[in-house]
Amino acid sequence: MPIHNEGLQQELGHVTEPAELARIMAMFEHGDPIMHDIAYNLIIGNHHEVDRLTKEALDNGYSANTLLDDGLISAMAIVGVKFRDNVIFVPEVLIAARAMKAGMVHVEPILSASGIEPIGTVVMGTVKGDLHDIGKNLCIMMLRGTGFKVYDLGVDTKPQAFIDAVLEHGATLVGMSALLTTTMPNMGKTVAAIEEAGLRDQVRIMVGGAPLNPEFADDMGADGYGKDAMACVDLAKKLMGADQLAVPEPIPAKK
Amino acid sequence: MTTAETGHSTIVERLARGETLISDGGTGTYLQAHGLEPGGCPEEFNASRPDVIRGMAKAYFDAGSDLVLTNSFGGSRFMQKKYGYGDRVREFNRLAAEHARSQAPPGCHVVGSVGPTAEFLQPLGAVSENEMYDAFVEQITSLEEGGADAVLIETMTALEEAALAIRAAKENTGLIVIATMTFDKGPRGFFTMMGITPERAVVELREAGADIVGTNCGNGIELMIEIFRQMREATDGYLLVHSNAGIPEMKKGAIIYPETPQFMAERFKMLAGLGANIVGGCCGTGPEHIRALHAALRG
Repeated sequence: MPIHNEGLQQELGHVTEPAELARIMAMFEHGDPIMHDIAYNLIIGNHHEVDRLTKEALDNGYSANTLLDDGLISAMAIVGVKFRDNVIFVPEVLIAARAMKAGMVHVEPILSASGIEPIGTVVMGTVKGDLHDIGKNLCIMMLRGTGFKVYDLGVDTKPQAFIDAVLEHGATLVGMSALLTTTMPNMGKTVAAIEEAGLRDQVRIMVGGAPLNPEFADDMGADGYGKDAMACVDLAKKLMGADQLAVPEPIPAKK
Repeated sequence: MTTAETGHSTIVERLARGETLISDGGTGTYLQAHGLEPGGCPEEFNASRPDVIRGMAKAYFDAGSDLVLTNSFGGSRFMQKKYGYGDRVREFNRLAAEHARSQAPPGCHVVGSVGPTAEFLQPLGAVSENEMYDAFVEQITSLEEGGADAVLIETMTALEEAALAIRAAKENTGLIVIATMTFDKGPRGFFTMMGITPERAVVELREAGADIVGTNCGNGIELMIEIFRQMREATDGYLLVHSNAGIPEMKKGAIIYPETPQFMAERFKMLAGLGANIVGGCCGTGPEHIRALHAALRG
C-alpha cells in the first residue's frame, strides 16, 4: 500500500541504509492510511493525536495487534534510527515515547486480555550504588516500542532485586545499566548472583552504560553489550531469537 | 573577591594578560582511590573526611594547579536528595569551598564545581525553571560563602539548565562564571546528549552570561582537541578544556584510565598553542598529570 502521508514519507527519508529502509518499509506496507497517520504523529511526538487516532481506530474495528505493529512499533523503528544517526536527540525521543505511551494506554489492556504474548519479558535496572537512569529509561522506551514487556526496577538495584524480579515476572532477559566506572563492577557481581541463584541458564543478560564496552561485557560474563538504546533493542531481539534451542523457556510467573 | 580586596588578580584578569592557567585533575576518581565507596556520596566527604578533601586540594596545588575545583559536583539539592542528604546542601557546599580555600597558596583560585541536577526541565521532565534556579542559587551562594572565587558549571548537556545555573551565579554572587558542556562523537559529529553542538554551546553559554566557556569530560584528550578546535572557530573568548585520561579500560581485573601524564601533557601543550586559556584534567587524571602539565607549559 503506498504511503500518502507526506510527513511520514519525509520521515522515511531519514532512513538511509538500504536494507534498513527495506525492513522499515515492509512494516508500513501492511498498514493503511490511518496507521500511517498514527505513526507520523508518534514520530513527531504529537501525543494528543496518537491518543485520539488510536482510540478511534479501535472503535472502528482495527485490532490491537494491528495498531501495535503497524501504528506504534513501525514508528518507533524510525525514531530509533533517527536517534542512532544523530538526527534527533534525547528530548525528541522522550517526546516520541510519551506519544507512544498515549497509544499503548488503549492497546495494552486489549493485548493482555486476549493473551497475546510479548516478544520477550525483560527486567531492567541501574545497578547497585548507581543513581543514573536516563540511558536505562531510553532503552526501556525503545524496548517497549518494539513489543517487549519491560519491568523497570529503577536505580540502585541490588543483585537480589534482579533475581526476585526474574522469578516474579518470568523474565528471560535481564538488562543492567551503569554510568560510573566504580559501580560497573556491580554488574559482574549481579551476574555472579544470578548464577548462584541457579538462574543463569534461564536468562540472557545484556549490559550498557557510558563506561561499558564489549570487552567489559565479556569480562563480567554478560551475553551482550549495547552502546545505545537502538543497539539495546537489536541485542534484545538477537538474544531472544539467535538460536531457538538456546532461547530459554520462560519461567512460569509466580501468582 | 576582587583585585582590590586581595591584592591578587582574578582568573579573568590573568587570562586578559595572556596567561594560560593550569586547572586540577579529577575529583571523583581521586576520592574513589581514597576511600569513597562505589556509589557513595562524594559531597558527604566534605563533612566526614575533611582530611581527604583538604589533602586532595593540597596535592593539586602542590602539583602546580593555579585553580582547584571544590568537591561539590553533585552538590545540588536534586542530587543530594537521592543520597538522603537533601537537608545538608548548604553545609556540604560551604565546606567544599572552605577545604579547598584552606590549602590555596596566595594568588591561587578556588573554583566551585556545579554539575548537572540529573533532572529534565518541564515539559520534558517534572522540574520547573524556578525550582531548578532556586537549587542553583542555594548551591552557588554556599560555595561563595565558603570562599570560592569562581564557579564552574560543568558536564552540562542541556543549554536551558546551564543557562539557569549561569543566571543563578550572575544574579546572586560576585563569582566569575565558567560553563562547560560534555560532547559525544556520533555519526554526524559532536553533540551533547541533548543535541547541542560545540559551536552552539559556545555562543549560547556566552550569551547566557558565562565569562569563560569550554568542554569537560566524556572523552580522551585527542577528541577534546577536536572539540576545542570547533569551539575556537566560534569565539575569540576565553576557553577551558578539562579532559579525561582516555576512556576506561580493563587491565588485570582493574579498571584504569589509559592516558599517561606525559601523553596528556604533550597534548595540553598543543591545546595551549591553539589558544586554550585554561587546561586541566577530568576523570582519571590525578596530581601526576597536573605535574606533567605544569612541566610542559612552564618547565
